[in-house]
Amino acid sequence: MVVTRIDKKIVSHLYRRAGFGITEDEIDDFKDKSYEDLVEDLLSPEKQPEFAEDIPRRYHLELNFSDTHAGLQSYWIYRMINTTRPLEEKMALFWHHIFATSIGKSEHTPSAVFQINTFRSNGLSKMRDILLDLAKDPAMLFWLDNSENHKGEPNENWGRELLELFSMGVGNYTENDIKEASRAFTGWTFVQPLPLDPYARYDSEFLYVDDDHDPGEKTFLGQTGKWNGQDIIEIVARQPATAKFISRHLYNFFVADEPQVPAWDIVPPNNPEAIRKMVKIYMDTDGNIKEILRFIFNSDFFKKSKFKKIKSPVELVTGIIKINGTHRFPGPDFNTLSTIVANMGQAVLTPPTVEGWHTGKEWIDAGTLNERVNFAVDSFGEKEISSMGFEGPASIPDGVKIIVQKIRDENKLDPEDLLDRCLELLGYIEITDETRKELISDINRDGPLYFSTDLDSRSSKDRIVKILQAIVSTIEFQFG
Amino acid sequence: MILKNSSNQNTLVVVQLTGGNDFMNTVVPYADGLYKDFRPVVGIPNERILPIDDYLGFNSDVRPIKDLYDLGQAAIIQGVGYPNSSRSHFRSMDIWHTCEPDIVATEGWLGKTVRILDPSTDNPLTAISFGRGLPRALSAQEVMVTSVGDLDTYGLMSGIEAKEQRIQALDLFKRIYTPALGSGMVQDYLARTGVDVIRGAELLKKAPQMYKSTVEYGDNSIASSLRDVARVHLAGLGTRIFYTQHGGYDTHANEVPTHPKLLTDLSTAIGDFFQDLNDHNADQNVALLVFTEFGRRVKDNNSGTDHGAGGGAFVIGPRVNGGLFAEYPSLDPSEHDNGDLKHTYDFRGLYSTLLERWMGIDPTEIVGGTYEQLELFK
Repeated sequence: MVVTRIDKKIVSHLYRRAGFGITEDEIDDFKDKSYEDLVEDLLSPEKQPEFAEDIPRRYHLELNFSDTHAGLQSYWIYRMINTTRPLEEKMALFWHHIFATSIGKSEHTPSAVFQINTFRSNGLSKMRDILLDLAKDPAMLFWLDNSENHKGEPNENWGRELLELFSMGVGNYTENDIKEASRAFTGWTFVQPLPLDPYARYDSEFLYVDDDHDPGEKTFLGQTGKWNGQDIIEIVARQPATAKFISRHLYNFFVADEPQVPAWDIVPPNNPEAIRKMVKIYMDTDGNIKEILRFIFNSDFFKKSKFKKIKSPVELVTGIIKINGTHRFPGPDFNTLSTIVANMGQAVLTPPTVEGWHTGKEWIDAGTLNERVNFAVDSFGEKEISSMGFEGPASIPDGVKIIVQKIRDENKLDPEDLLDRCLELLGYIEITDETRKELISDINRDGPLYFSTDLDSRSSKDRIVKILQAIVSTIEFQFG
Repeated sequence: MILKNSSNQNTLVVVQLTGGNDFMNTVVPYADGLYKDFRPVVGIPNERILPIDDYLGFNSDVRPIKDLYDLGQAAIIQGVGYPNSSRSHFRSMDIWHTCEPDIVATEGWLGKTVRILDPSTDNPLTAISFGRGLPRALSAQEVMVTSVGDLDTYGLMSGIEAKEQRIQALDLFKRIYTPALGSGMVQDYLARTGVDVIRGAELLKKAPQMYKSTVEYGDNSIASSLRDVARVHLAGLGTRIFYTQHGGYDTHANEVPTHPKLLTDLSTAIGDFFQDLNDHNADQNVALLVFTEFGRRVKDNNSGTDHGAGGGAFVIGPRVNGGLFAEYPSLDPSEHDNGDLKHTYDFRGLYSTLLERWMGIDPTEIVGGTYEQLELFK
């Protein structure tokens, strides 16, 4: 093992939360960087190389064309696994959870691509800028019908959700505020995009129609003026309610499971002190998301929050794939990625409603648990698909080969050592004493490991696979 | 609440047509001049109509449903929908799933039904969904619903090929997923769910083994889902609600080649399903509901039809009172709802009928009020 200055447990935790998981070799590559250095690297994605987007596009031509939802969904999961800028991608997912827009309504894939790209580029900026980009986003304008919001005939869908789901939360504004906000956004629409068929892949763009804008006076949250949409966002972004709402979302996504959003106006936060500090940073920095995240990742409450969250399907799947080493190349199995997460209840780009997904415990039901456990177990066993995604003779995935090799090289053959090392190589997993007892009893029953002959090596490899499969099917592994 | 004098073990099979089935091209007002005017491209020609009366007829692609109709076992619920119909797929499907047109609700009508049928989750198979993903109709707090992608491989560790090793993995799983006092609420919930998966899978395992049939189902998704329903129903595992989905009904374009295949697959599967149950003398307690989130626009768009409002549903089974229910919406443009057929009957009345008269459950809370019921059962 390479000796590093940093605690690998806490780095694994940081990368599960601020990214999509990490292997021990990747941690070792950090050499003498400190935890704080790593946080800064994550917070500055622009210093890392850009994701090589052309590679999946070259192998999956359908991504260049029009109407491939599954391809696009798979592409996103693939990008999460292979990104060079983990926090940028994680923030795109964070905002997708909150500003939940489904491609199924527009069926216009280029706009969905555009929206997620916007989240990538502005995800760590200021709340005002993020909301303003959102208000001008064609996919959102169509999703919440602002294109139907006309002078004299307001449609309140966007106005309502902006306040209820995207910024302040229920209980902090009146029905009249919704009406006035909606009037302010009249005339905010998009350019009708070219038809998708046969090969159009152009996104739409924001269009402001002055003639369709209601220029009259509006009273919004107690302030009266001839407000236009950006004025409303300016007011909303300065509200302490918005600071609190977004802080709670950040806490729920990055730290520990909170109650579901609709309960927030009644149920207080699990850690009111942490939320109070986050709100203060928001108010002091003009709603700077990056500053709040810097505070979170360096805080004690974050470092103590290991395994306090149920992994979302996306986190579970990407975390497993980071370790097992598959999907590093956009091979023929590329398009399975969308189905895997969808079967577990998180079809990205098609959230069930504008409320997004319910998180935490609600990810789990009998069907999804069955999918989660089976996917995890299968991911560490022999497959007739190579790690490049091609069909071939049965073998274990590349990442599992590395684990087997490390255990062999380090001679970790005593049952307790062996189990501990497997837990570490899967991401420094922590398990309860009861689970440990059961796992150890199975390892003991199967007898000692040897690598002295080829036959022994093969059976020892199978034994290690079996231990890894047992660990990833535990209750503990559902947490991240 | 389970109604008094109701000790029934009736079973409801739901078939969800996803995407918005074109009801006007399923049960066709063939004698209406406006139909021909509005449907120059996708209209069903008279030679493909199986008349019901001198105004309406079945599209010949659903002949197996017409056969059940002729036996008096198929009810057509015309013009079913709800006020201010949403043209969005999910929103409308959500409304059908939750019976909440004004708010986004999380609990589904069948999830709430399961909670009443099996309040202490004694049987993990009280409700089973076949296909990928659990529809919101079946979700409710503290309710256990089994969701099966593929009946033949359902169950934990199904990817481990060596039998001995699979048994060991399952055994370890059972030992780890033991609800333990004081382990925390979420851990405890996970443990209970894990136990439920094992229980459900162990029970379900019997179904394919016990099944024998001479009916040959088609090779398509709805046929295999209904075959799975038949296999589980015939195994007698106490399932009261089966849920299946048939997708592809969003026929904005190329409706002429695509819609007939959908209707043929669907109706053939339904015919085969009832034949199969009838052969096993197990059809008397089964009713099947076919619904979709909305109908389609009255006027075609030269290739297909866009999202509409009022649609139609079927309820089928040997104890169903076959016939036409509610009214076929008028095709007269002055009666349209923004260019779409107006609904003439609220779907919550249909649900109320199924809950009260078939499942023996008070529907008021589930559907959120009292709605006009239909004489759907003999």
